[in-house]
Amino acid sequence: MDTTLAVRARGIGKCFGDVVALDGVDLDVAPGQIHGLVGPNGAGKTTLLGLLLSLAVADEGSLEILGAPVGRALTAPDGVAGFVDGPGLYPSLTARKNLAALATLRGRDARTAGIDDVLGEVGLTDVADDRVRGFSLGMRQRLGLAAALLTKPRLLVLDEPSNGLDPAGKRHVHGVLNRLAADGTTVIVSSHRMDDVEALCSEVTILATGRVVFTGPLSKLSAENRELDYRIRTSDPEAARRLTVDTPGAVVVESSDAELLVVRAEIPALDDLVARLVRAGVAVRELAPVVSPLEAAFLALTDQETGR
Amino acid sequence: MTAVLEAQDTAARPVSVVRGYRFEMVKLVSQWRIRLLVLACWLAPALFVAAVSQQSDLPTDTLFGRWMNITGWAGPLVMLGFAGVYALPLLTSVVAGDVFAAEDRLGTWRHLLVAVRSHRRIFAAKALASLTVITVLVAGMAVSSAVGGVVAVGSQPLVALDGQLLAPADAAGLVLLAWICVLAPTLALAGIGLLGSVALGRSPMGLLLPAVVALAMGLAQMLPLPVAVRLALPSYAFIAWQGLFTTPAQLGPLLIGIAVSLVWAVAATVLAYLLFMRRDFTNLTHDGSGRRALTVAAAPLVGLLAVTIGLLAVATPATGSGIGQDKVQQSVATAFAHLYRLQTQQLHRPDVTEAQLATTVACTKGDGLVEPDGPGNDWRCVVSWHLPGVTATGQAIYQLDIASDGQYVADGDGPKEVNGYFQVRTPTGDQPNPLWQFDSHLDLLSKG
Repeated sequence: MDTTLAVRARGIGKCFGDVVALDGVDLDVAPGQIHGLVGPNGAGKTTLLGLLLSLAVADEGSLEILGAPVGRALTAPDGVAGFVDGPGLYPSLTARKNLAALATLRGRDARTAGIDDVLGEVGLTDVADDRVRGFSLGMRQRLGLAAALLTKPRLLVLDEPSNGLDPAGKRHVHGVLNRLAADGTTVIVSSHRMDDVEALCSEVTILATGRVVFTGPLSKLSAENRELDYRIRTSDPEAARRLTVDTPGAVVVESSDAELLVVRAEIPALDDLVARLVRAGVAVRELAPVVSPLEAAFLALTDQETGR
Repeated sequence: MTAVLEAQDTAARPVSVVRGYRFEMVKLVSQWRIRLLVLACWLAPALFVAAVSQQSDLPTDTLFGRWMNITGWAGPLVMLGFAGVYALPLLTSVVAGDVFAAEDRLGTWRHLLVAVRSHRRIFAAKALASLTVITVLVAGMAVSSAVGGVVAVGSQPLVALDGQLLAPADAAGLVLLAWICVLAPTLALAGIGLLGSVALGRSPMGLLLPAVVALAMGLAQMLPLPVAVRLALPSYAFIAWQGLFTTPAQLGPLLIGIAVSLVWAVAATVLAYLLFMRRDFTNLTHDGSGRRALTVAAAPLVGLLAVTIGLLAVATPATGSGIGQDKVQQSVATAFAHLYRLQTQQLHRPDVTEAQLATTVACTKGDGLVEPDGPGNDWRCVVSWHLPGVTATGQAIYQLDIASDGQYVADGDGPKEVNGYFQVRTPTGDQPNPLWQFDSHLDLLSKG
């Protein structure tokens, strides 16, 4: 037995004509981890996911998937599944027949391939015999996930898996992915929704213009971006505004709303402000970042990169 | 949590062509339009042939149409003529012209590639699946029209294109053979369909390419082209099957037509394969179509056409249009003699043989003012024959409309008792006059 990274990429470069899609990308993803891949449009996320699914090969650099080097297209080792650019489903077939056709394609008996199990896992049992033509985007996403689960993957690559999902559906899918990760499957998801990534991923890689601008744990990303805007609702907005002005390191950004104050501060200054409010007898009814720490970090890093 | 992973040395094995083929068949058969086509091809010809066979007004402008209420074996041949012009190009468009483009439309290429892991096997599976569906559709049309004809009219002898009466079993065999022969040009169109589907991606032109090519080639066949050019087009095999219904069979043009069609089928499929293998499936905005792809696809086929024309011009004896005075006279004389015997039987007169009739024909074109060769509706033939024990020579006149592909209609111009009226009065009542009008087909390659 050998402890190996599920994905190990070094210096990956990929061009489409004159367009540089990926430029010197390094990526390490440990087994059993849910790894987020985020970045603005055109950052190279889909290209990178395509390389992980072995749909194409990098122009330069090296890529190892599940411990095996990938040198040619469509030569990823067994156990890699997923989708890019939406799940590939055939609308004229029912959900069950889509999965049965896929199972048969892979040489398995559709009756014993566990189709009912994966349909149940993604919450599509009730519509198993409906044609995919009538499915919503969210249902298609879930069926795409079911198709990937059918292969019992060890590396699952998903492009925007939460697209079109309602809150309940999203929670359901997140539960499935967390269970998979707990069982040792590595999951790489791309998303443009920071709340999804925060809820799901332990580590994240941020891409901008084909380059990695951050990779590591979410906590590290939040810590790297210290100063944030916070929304504060108190029992005495005027007193709160005065106390904020008096607090070193805290700045009132906006106070147009009579009851709401937006304050920019680092964590220590914010703690100080809260203490001052409490001492002054001002009740704090709401305190929350205007944008999540991850989103703030994402915006800061990608703005910085794209603004070069 | 941290899991432990075992390193793997080998890539996952691609899916076999057989499993890929089954997958493609499942997808094709699940499409309502394919189901509708299968149903239409297996039912509509039978209904059409049965219904038309019961009419008094027959489609006499279509080959074998005038015999539809006489024998059930004329129906599948009428259907074959219609299929070569309209149905088969459209069927190949819908099936082969869409088999690759459908994945572009549905956005399923990446899914398919990840599942199958081999471009080559995906191509093979798709080509075989579309070939299967096309064959099922063609078989449906053949079987359905034959069943419709035989059930509605019965299995009676068929009057061949040289006037000979074919026994039902012989007619059935030739009908089957004729349908098998048109599989070759159908395959050529299917290859062109695959090429269009790969080269033009989501563009509707990809879907329509076989129909457009078939239409262009059909129009070309109507032009007064040299024989070598005509036979170099794969569409000639849609016409050349008519040569099976003469004695001796006109095998030269038929075999050349089939060979040319098969070469086109292979060439177009190989080009489609090469284009498919070169396509980059990671570029989301590009579906493989483009001017360059079209040029790469079209140029080799134009080259193939040029080479084929050159080879046929050198290797075959025929020059010009392939339609000459001797050939026309010989064809009309043969057909007249056979049909005269048929009329003799209808009228319950003593039988005569073709040899006893010693039919001769003298044909002119344009009232003798132009060279007697080439297509046209200004051919005029005077037929002369002898009857045993009768010193006078019988004579009848025909106006001929000869198409540039060698098919012609002879229209009787009198005398009324022989070929001037559409019916003959027999002891059992009026019957269709076999000498009034007849269709035949010239062998464009024979020296005649």
